[in-house]
Amino acid sequence: MSDALLALLSGSVGSLAAWEATLRETTPLLITGLAVALAFRGGVWNIGAEGQLLAGALCATIVATRWCVDAPAWLLVPAVALAGAFGGALFGGIAGGLRAARGVSEVISTILLNFVAGSLVALAIQGPLQEAARAYPKSDPFPAAALLPSLGRVHVGLLVALALVWLAHVLVFRTAFGFRLRAVGLAPKAARFAGISPERIALTTLVLSGALAGLAGAFEVAGVTGQLYAGLSAGTGYTAIAVALLARLQPLWVIPSALLFGALEAGAAAMQREAGVPAVVTQIVQGAVILLAVGVSIGRRRARPRLDRASAEAG
Amino acid sequence: MEALIEAALRLAAPLLLAALGELVIERAGLIHIGIEGTMLTGAFVGFVVAVGTGSALTGVAAAACAGAGVGALFAAFTVLGRVDQIVVGTAVNLLALGATGAGSRALYGGAPPSAPTLGPLLPGPLAEVPWLGSLWFAQTAFLHAGLLLTLVIGLVLTRTRPGLQLRAVGESARAADSEGVSVPLVRCLAVLIGSSLAGIAGASLSLAQSDSFTEGMTAGRGFIALAIVIFGRWSSVGVLLASLFFGFVSALQFRLQARGSGIPYPVFLMFPYLVTLAVLALASGRARAPADLGRAYAREAS
Repeated sequence: MSDALLALLSGSVGSLAAWEATLRETTPLLITGLAVALAFRGGVWNIGAEGQLLAGALCATIVATRWCVDAPAWLLVPAVALAGAFGGALFGGIAGGLRAARGVSEVISTILLNFVAGSLVALAIQGPLQEAARAYPKSDPFPAAALLPSLGRVHVGLLVALALVWLAHVLVFRTAFGFRLRAVGLAPKAARFAGISPERIALTTLVLSGALAGLAGAFEVAGVTGQLYAGLSAGTGYTAIAVALLARLQPLWVIPSALLFGALEAGAAAMQREAGVPAVVTQIVQGAVILLAVGVSIGRRRARPRLDRASAEAG
Repeated sequence: MEALIEAALRLAAPLLLAALGELVIERAGLIHIGIEGTMLTGAFVGFVVAVGTGSALTGVAAAACAGAGVGALFAAFTVLGRVDQIVVGTAVNLLALGATGAGSRALYGGAPPSAPTLGPLLPGPLAEVPWLGSLWFAQTAFLHAGLLLTLVIGLVLTRTRPGLQLRAVGESARAADSEGVSVPLVRCLAVLIGSSLAGIAGASLSLAQSDSFTEGMTAGRGFIALAIVIFGRWSSVGVLLASLFFGFVSALQFRLQARGSGIPYPVFLMFPYLVTLAVLALASGRARAPADLGRAYAREAS
């Protein structure tokens, strides 16, 4: 047991290499955690960050290994990032469109789309996107011009992610859209009376949230793996939910929250390598953290009674 | 054709049991997306107990208890703590996936043994009768239990006093409360009953459809059960018909797959989820959910 804990610590913060691994795991969690926090703020239950991330990675791979293979880096890197955001936005948009047009709950549609995205990636890397050698189910390696510039093993996506956190903070707390988003999230009925359409906010939010998750997917293929394969995301989009909830849906708090879970992911990988403890235990930790985070909110409510969201809605 | 319908019924059984569980919970006004994780827990605990005791039936009973245990966790947070149901459901799914994965590796080191399985309802000559045999007597008791429960749940919900109280809590918790119905009690009971059904549905995967447990073996069936409840318009007969439809779709998928149609394998993997999305898009417009679905209830501070 102490071996496992030691491996967890040394593998996440024990050395320069460990810190690099932690920061590398933190980057996608920052962006997807932000995506989830933004959606949940507006009462939009986007459980589909995982699928949106995969859709983004898929579109980024199409651009990097099929469409613009010979483009120069100043063009290709932004194109890959945009393609990723587009793929994620598309998947988020499908869920948002289904809700706006047909009243389909985004909870179920985003979950189902996670499975669809996983199958699409499997289909692509066995078919049109498979490597030239056709030996393994994975894509061609990205051309050098498509890879994100990096310092050591940490790529530039981390800086972009931090900038996005700031932008999201401004968006949520300093803009009219952010105000409407929070209004719909806190009291959908009141917002509707005030002339805000929850369906339109939900659609916009899902597209935005999906674009972020898709960007995280593009950064993973262009910054970490350099090619697309089936195990690209081991549940990053689900961990993102824990990240967002621990951050209490505050964009700025997503930074420490993502760092904590990034360290956990990096440490768990080391724990599995060195102490033979399966990395799936991180899912237990994530689930427990979610329950703990919401459990704390129960305690606070008991201590300081006030009109909370639950009773406001029931009325 | 006989083989196709036989497979459809066999594949519909776990969906039916899980969807009936979700139906009971949703009619009480709670949306439980942790059904997937509850099924997975049932599949794992049922398997472990069946291997340990050598009895599949004991395994099924244990799966029901495990399901209820997961349900108790969900109810404690959502009903008593009034925390958001989607959030707790997601946590349940993560916990179940992690705990069953780690548990199965710890116990069996990645190579689980074979469990005793629940065989046909009536083996022997009756199971050999054309049509009647394969569609009824050769099916496992999970299907018959599901059909019986469809009837029982339908009658209890529409014809009895507890059923009326449960529906009242789901439609308007406040009105039910003012009539003296204990909202937390009804909701907790609904979650416990519904979750134990989901646990049994999970056991049908590891003790009837196969004889082993594999990580994540529910593969989204719990989420499809959520869609079945919507497609079945929150009625037990509707849930039965929707489950049979999805069973038939899966059977058709396996048939095409076995025939070697040249269609790549991932297309088949995607198929049930795309069908579910399409069905939701078509069904959602006209279905009406219980009015208080997904809303926590707290008495106004007096």
